[in-house]
Amino acid sequence: MRPDRIAAIVGVAESDLGVTPGKTALQLQAQAAKAALADAGLEKNDVDALFTAGNWAWSPNLMLAEYLGIQPRYADGTNIGGSSFEAHLGHALAGIEAGRFEVALITYGSTQRSDQSRNRPANHATLVEQFERPYGLPAPVGAYALAAMRHMYQYGTTSEQLAEIAVATRKWAMMNEKAMMRTPITIEDVLSSRWIAEPLHLLDCCLVTDGGGAVVVASARRVGSTRKKPVWVLGHGEMLTHYGITNMPDLTVTGAVQSGQAAFAMAGVRHEDIDVVEIYDSFTITVLLTLEALGFCQPGEGGAFASDQRTAPGGAFPMNTNGGGLSYCHPGMYGIFLLIEATRQLRGECGPRQVPDAKIALAHGTGGVLSSSATIILGRDA
Amino acid sequence: MAEHIPVPVPDGDSRVFWEGVAQGKLLIQRCDACQQFIFYPRFLCPHCFSDSLAWVEAQGTGTIYSYTVVHRAFGPFADQAPYVVAIVELAEGVRMMTRITGSEQDAVRIGAPVRVVFVEADEGVTLPYFQLN
Ligand SMILES: [Zn+2]
Repeated sequence: MRPDRIAAIVGVAESDLGVTPGKTALQLQAQAAKAALADAGLEKNDVDALFTAGNWAWSPNLMLAEYLGIQPRYADGTNIGGSSFEAHLGHALAGIEAGRFEVALITYGSTQRSDQSRNRPANHATLVEQFERPYGLPAPVGAYALAAMRHMYQYGTTSEQLAEIAVATRKWAMMNEKAMMRTPITIEDVLSSRWIAEPLHLLDCCLVTDGGGAVVVASARRVGSTRKKPVWVLGHGEMLTHYGITNMPDLTVTGAVQSGQAAFAMAGVRHEDIDVVEIYDSFTITVLLTLEALGFCQPGEGGAFASDQRTAPGGAFPMNTNGGGLSYCHPGMYGIFLLIEATRQLRGECGPRQVPDAKIALAHGTGGVLSSSATIILGRDA
Repeated sequence: MAEHIPVPVPDGDSRVFWEGVAQGKLLIQRCDACQQFIFYPRFLCPHCFSDSLAWVEAQGTGTIYSYTVVHRAFGPFADQAPYVVAIVELAEGVRMMTRITGSEQDAVRIGAPVRVVFVEADEGVTLPYFQLN
């Protein structure tokens, strides 16, 4: 593990989750930001850098900063889809290492469920989207279905193997009182749920919820004055491979290959050192492709790797311990919740779902249609 | 109110392509510098960054690289489900998103050979679809 300590997550919080009628994206972020700063034992005026991403304003950073009453001297609105927040944390690490600021606030909020905004196709298809949108591929699930179909063709991956991931994730959700879906499901339930886009069934797909989250990052110098034990940012890597699914170089290989290698190298840890893994599960296939690309198993072996409930509570590979996007919450861009859960696991705050003695965690975000990958490795002091 | 599919908006990159579609031709670009085929059309070659690109007519044949049968669709597409959306790899090596049309939808497989057909997908909107050979 890298010996130097540069920046740490010192505060995390969710806003209200699930269905939040009447709330706005700003309210959810304000609620999460206040709670995360309280968790850190820091004040609003300690924040000197603001990171956010969303499509609720032409400049989310400007609107949110004004709303919160913060005038940051550093801002990053990188929007590469659901992985944006893993990218933000990596960029915060770089900015702190460069001495540009001391305390960063990363937030996300969405009311997509209450808005019913997700499924409205635009009337016109412009720029490069004119070569995809007219064909009616539902976004984003259709793109992930194309990847799943190709993976099945190349490697013999089965719907049962994908269903293993959904079933294991639901078991974790049953131990998280904040999770939206907490009734047990079986592999048969997944396989008999209706088709959305073959080969993906309804229960292969993430939830559509409202919700927000916030993460407070502090420099090593400031960590002494925070309330809880720091969760150090050890490694970060990111990779952008394409925009539209048609132009993904290989439908079975994501940019997690490169982002993972970079993060492991920066952190100075090996795969067997990772105690708990939070992997963006927009769809079951997303997890399977990510496990392969990160090198936890060989290409094509993701199905076998996830079998026999390996990722479930009590399994050899604890993964998506909050119940994931599949069963806990998924307000459009899920990446910030990966960081929140990884931090809580390393702090030992997870009650019945706590992974015993977790010291090192990996969080991996995937954005767009397998378009962007961002990997974070976190560790606590021994 | 009838819902219409998202209409492609021809622009400085794509106008020639859509004019070709209207005439029953599948036009793609080829880079004068590195000779590689390019789709979708653009201002410069994504392989070598040359801005010397020529239009050529594709053979109109290819194979299915991947596909999905869409069961839950929205807006203008809702009434069409189930339907097959595919990524086709043309004989020239470039990939396109498309629909697989025709009566043999159950025979759609990855690797299956396909041929372009031009279909009026909505009022005044012709798109290149593909059907099994
Ligand atoms: Zn070229």
